[in-house]
Amino acid sequence: MEHINWELVDWSRAQFALTALYHWIFVPLTLGLSFMLAIMETIYVKTGDKKWLKIEKFWLRLFGINFAIGVATGIILEFEFGTNWSNYSWFVGDIFGAPLAIEGIMAFFMESTFVAIMFFGWNKVSKKTHLLATWLTAIGSNLSALWILIANGWMQNPVGMHFNPDTMRNEMNDFWEVLFNPVAVNKFIHTITSAYTFSALFVIAVSAWLLLKGKDKTYAKYSMLVASVFGFMAILVTVFSGDGSAKQVAKYQPMKLAAMEGLYKGTRGAPLIAIGTPKHKNQKSLLQAIEDDLKGNNQLDVEVEGLEIPYGLSVLAFNDPHAFVPGIKDLVEGNPKENIRSYSDRIKSGKIAIEALAGYKKAKKAGNDLMAKNKLAVFKNHFKDFGYGYFEGHDLSELIPPVTITFISFHTMVALGTWFLLFFAMVYWAVMKDKIETKKWLLRLGVIGLPLGLIAQELGWITAEAGRMPWVIQDLMPTIVAVSHIDSLNVKITFALFFITFTALLIAELKIMATEIKKGFSN
Amino acid sequence: MFLLFVQGGQTLFNRLSDNESEKTVLVNTIGHKWEFTFTTLVVFGGAFFASFPMFYSTSFGGAYWVWYAILFAFILQAVSYEYRKKTNNFLGSQTFERFLMFNGLAAPFLLGVAVSTFFTGSPFSIDKTNIVKLGSNVEAIISQWQSPWHGLEALWTTSHLAFLQNILLGLAVLVLARLNSLLYVRKMVANQNIQNKVNKCVKKHSLLFLGLFLTWLIRLLFIEGFSVNPFNREIFMQAHKYGLNLIDNPALLIFLLLGLGLVLYGLFLANFKKAEKAFWFTGAGTVITVMALFFLAAFNYTAYYPSTYDLQSSLTLANSSSSRFTLIVMSYVSLMVPFVLAYIIWAWRAMDARKISEKELEQEIDKY
Repeated sequence: MEHINWELVDWSRAQFALTALYHWIFVPLTLGLSFMLAIMETIYVKTGDKKWLKIEKFWLRLFGINFAIGVATGIILEFEFGTNWSNYSWFVGDIFGAPLAIEGIMAFFMESTFVAIMFFGWNKVSKKTHLLATWLTAIGSNLSALWILIANGWMQNPVGMHFNPDTMRNEMNDFWEVLFNPVAVNKFIHTITSAYTFSALFVIAVSAWLLLKGKDKTYAKYSMLVASVFGFMAILVTVFSGDGSAKQVAKYQPMKLAAMEGLYKGTRGAPLIAIGTPKHKNQKSLLQAIEDDLKGNNQLDVEVEGLEIPYGLSVLAFNDPHAFVPGIKDLVEGNPKENIRSYSDRIKSGKIAIEALAGYKKAKKAGNDLMAKNKLAVFKNHFKDFGYGYFEGHDLSELIPPVTITFISFHTMVALGTWFLLFFAMVYWAVMKDKIETKKWLLRLGVIGLPLGLIAQELGWITAEAGRMPWVIQDLMPTIVAVSHIDSLNVKITFALFFITFTALLIAELKIMATEIKKGFSN
Repeated sequence: MFLLFVQGGQTLFNRLSDNESEKTVLVNTIGHKWEFTFTTLVVFGGAFFASFPMFYSTSFGGAYWVWYAILFAFILQAVSYEYRKKTNNFLGSQTFERFLMFNGLAAPFLLGVAVSTFFTGSPFSIDKTNIVKLGSNVEAIISQWQSPWHGLEALWTTSHLAFLQNILLGLAVLVLARLNSLLYVRKMVANQNIQNKVNKCVKKHSLLFLGLFLTWLIRLLFIEGFSVNPFNREIFMQAHKYGLNLIDNPALLIFLLLGLGLVLYGLFLANFKKAEKAFWFTGAGTVITVMALFFLAAFNYTAYYPSTYDLQSSLTLANSSSSRFTLIVMSYVSLMVPFVLAYIIWAWRAMDARKISEKELEQEIDKY
């Protein structure tokens, strides 16, 4: 493809990344805190103990501050598919639009209806009805996560569809396959439990800060008890579903796995990098080494300096210590021994698919049915490589995701997740033994846990999304073909508008939140 | 369009109040409903995406600035209620009130303009085969907007006086949003001073709305429309197209008249009886009229999102909709709508059972 407006593609990507990352600052707290509120209110309704009502109302105030900005930053994402990724919207809208519409009808209305009762209904509905509204708000917000993650999972592993050459788009033919897409199911579990983890870290951080200031000790400790149990269970599931995610990435997006691990040359019994950075032996960055190699400079040896777990990656990816894990080089250049086709081969095949489709349309227009039938048969044979065809004449490195970013994001996320597991256990122990007040170091770690949790959240998304570049739909549509036809200046302006607005609103949120936290439970 | 009464209300906070506590009553009365409008907009987006992906692709990617202006207004609204009165809110209460005013003015006006372009057209072209023209001089772009103003040109396109038609509907929707809001405030607020101010505004708004909307509607029935040849699917301009659509479809005519009748009856109740239930009549009338207008734009072999740049690129129900399979899935999904409506009605009634007053708000800890 000759005509690519890289500036437009990059700014469109930057805008989506900006808005998505901002949105995700607020969403995890809504997902998890809503359930913790439901649990706290249930305890209040069951026991009638006013202490729990006070605890509930304090966290509800913070929930409300966060909820508003989460909603504000979220609306833009849905519409951005149309405004900035117009080709994409037609190419897969028949499948991708449905989960978004269902999200609106099934989840958003539930969430927005009952959240109003949750905030303002204390004196307007009965205690039990209010409790029901709180639970339904939590269920509604989590259902919304379900549908958007089904949509995202489909982009990573497109299933339940076929390409219709007459309408020139992909069309759904199996809703249940889209719904129960293994990537989507796993992604949903991993994402929401990690969000619960973050919410628990938030509750612990705020409570720890209050304890360090010697305020509202009883309320803070009860809150920490709920959060440590909730957080521990959540992080356990996050870890297990993360393992499941890795296996699916290995199966459906091997290049992403190679980037996550900085694995350049594939091997059997591949080790897992516990701590380290990917580097070329001559101290070049991994990407430089790859580019050199692909240009024929034949500097293949890349290694990751750091601590390795023998056989770890093979086990993580395939549950088999001796399994072959393909590296970036195997995927780009092909590895006939392991039955891996090269990207050059796939590009050729993709080009044949695209040209066959063009030929089919031409033959149809000319009324030549036989020719159309033949072209269609060729197209179908090569369809699985369709997206690669757009890279004809391009540098092969365009098909490699940003390795360093993906590697660092993934490893930092895993390291933080492991720490949180230990941390929740320590907090639970300290609260149960009533020693939490005296463990100042643990309280300080609790406060630090909040930014760490947020970093882990964002890095998770960076791993998932940067790691799948250059695909908006795996193997079918690259970013360069998905964008809207607008002058890049327009996108730069909207990028700047969102950056300034979201930053100003974030500062407002943080200041309001800090003020409310300082007021404490007694207010 | 009915739920835009929230936006209408946001433009009236200062007009209907004399002091801060009255303003707080108004903000809380209107503010308790903002999420419904917001959610409806999101669902509208999702439903259009799922049902008419080519519209989604063409209009949102093309009329970039109109849609972003609308979305931007909603982003600002979403935080403003919650943050307006909070201590240490960084931007100050007045800024958040200005955000609400901006949302209240821009969103109804621009949505009205956007809907009017369903009848007056927009400058775009579509070629689905562009994404398979490898190696040619063609960019791999399916929908191309042919104006650098990306939608804003609807405000000054002089051809067939399109700008006049678009602005008329934009203003009509804005005034209607304010009118419905006045009627909602009349129904919900227990404060005599506010009620007196509402009384003064209702008549002016009623007359202004009727003037703007009827001018738009009557003109619509006589302008050239975008017709589809049922045999070869070619699109052509037809005189009095939208008027003919009503004559060809008596059921649609009755439906439109029902909507208008309900609005008029609501206005009668509002102006001559000062009845609180007027809100429900104008509200229901708004919903029915808007539905009738969408049917008018799309049914009876009509291109509902016409292109003034390349007539044959115009969007019709047939060439822009999802596949049969997806539409069947969506029709099953829409079986949830009555259930959703039921709990919204229940929640609405529970929350609106009592009128809102300064006294009541004083006892509330959680308020906007």
